[in-house]
Amino acid sequence: MIVRFACVLTVFLSLATAALGGELRGTGDLGLIVERATGAVQIIETTGRTSLGRVAGLGDLSHASAVFSRDGRYAYLFGRDGGLSKIDLLERKLVKRIIQAGNSIGGAISDDGRLVAVSNYKPGGVRIFDAGTLEPVAEIPATWGTAGERSKVVGLVDAPGRRFVFTLYDAGEIWIAQIPENGTPKVTKLTGAGKLPYDGLITPDGRYYVAGLFGEDGLALVDLWQDTPKITRILDKYGRGEKKLPVYKMPHLEGWARAGEKLFLPAVGRHELLIADARTFREIGRVAVHGQPVFAVARPDGRQVWVNFAHPLNDTVQVIDTQSGKVIKQFTPGKAVLHLEFTPRGEQVWISVRDANRVDIYDTRTMKRLSTLKVESPSGIFFTARANRLGL
Amino acid sequence: MKTLWLVMASLLIAGLATVASLAGGNLTPERRDALVHLVRQDCGSCHGMTLKGGLGRPLLPDNLATRSEADLAGVILDGVPGTPMPPWRGLLEPDEAMWIARKLKSGFPQ
Repeated sequence: MIVRFACVLTVFLSLATAALGGELRGTGDLGLIVERATGAVQIIETTGRTSLGRVAGLGDLSHASAVFSRDGRYAYLFGRDGGLSKIDLLERKLVKRIIQAGNSIGGAISDDGRLVAVSNYKPGGVRIFDAGTLEPVAEIPATWGTAGERSKVVGLVDAPGRRFVFTLYDAGEIWIAQIPENGTPKVTKLTGAGKLPYDGLITPDGRYYVAGLFGEDGLALVDLWQDTPKITRILDKYGRGEKKLPVYKMPHLEGWARAGEKLFLPAVGRHELLIADARTFREIGRVAVHGQPVFAVARPDGRQVWVNFAHPLNDTVQVIDTQSGKVIKQFTPGKAVLHLEFTPRGEQVWISVRDANRVDIYDTRTMKRLSTLKVESPSGIFFTARANRLGL
Repeated sequence: MKTLWLVMASLLIAGLATVASLAGGNLTPERRDALVHLVRQDCGSCHGMTLKGGLGRPLLPDNLATRSEADLAGVILDGVPGTPMPPWRGLLEPDEAMWIARKLKSGFPQ
């Protein structure tokens, strides 16, 4: 009898583990790579640097981005076509997909892991869903002005206390929305952010929200620790009237490239990174770089900042040593380097090279290429370590 | 008289060549493929890969019905001041901009 029970138990357990790809595993080294042209993602792991599988049928993934559930098991993928997909990284399958708007740009997950918010261009605003079921929870239309127009929403991030912070592109406003357990969202609207704010970020401590401006030199800063938050302008007029160079791709503000007391930010219309003092937000220097920077991402220890560039100089990556403020390495991985992502402790960086259909993996100390994955038209790369970081 | 005819004939040929060139008639198939890729992928970063719009306006035939090809080619080459639309002159030739404009109006190739 006992033998028989043991047999049944063994069969049951092996069936259960088979569903998880044959073995038990954690999620801390998992991630996904967006295949922007095919509407699919590859699920990868960074320990052996391999692809574990592919999930397709995810719609228009140009400019797609992802956030993760706090257990690192599920990815929420935000597509350009308004699609919101929940993907199980362990079972490597689509759990649920909804079309929640006509045209979208990104999303965030709340600090308690229970809400997923999406920022929409059409209809302009933010929609909030239950992270478990993807059922709608709340909607915040980005209505502004006297005629009741709706603004495109950019720079959506999570903030502590079930809050989301986002920027109205057309209106030049920054809104802070608190989502109660029951009842309607409480929205604080801050006006006068500046002309054409194109993206936003929140500092890893959840204190400062920063929106980058396309229409004028400078950035809008909000100190969320204040009882009555207000917008202040930082790095004002950093161009000092210099003629702007054309920008063939908008920069991104993702995370906060911070190294000790220095912050590194892409300038707009200039082939430079701005260096600001992290306490005063005053400009303390610049680094001349190869082209219009798109992403300027600090290695998790802050010692290096890796930068990619806009079309037509997008075949290059530069590495800046944050102590000397100098470019210490330049690579040419191939045409259309779109994104880069560090492993949680920064020993590897993964770089998507869209037109070469490759993701290259580098050792960030030796700067040597460790390996390459074949991925069709790769763009965003997202690792589950983001699950444990505010604003990502 | 003979000279005048020669001049007129060469002007006519030159004129026809310009028309053909402005319409993108001289573009090689490889260059056309490269332009399709550029529009879908790089213009697509603002206008969407399906050209349905993003931070930039939608560029589907319905959205462009009231704009002439020359007008659109001008926007491509010189940008729209005060907006993020940059001038592509220097990266694109006038005949390439005309070809893109015509294809956008009639339904852009995949």
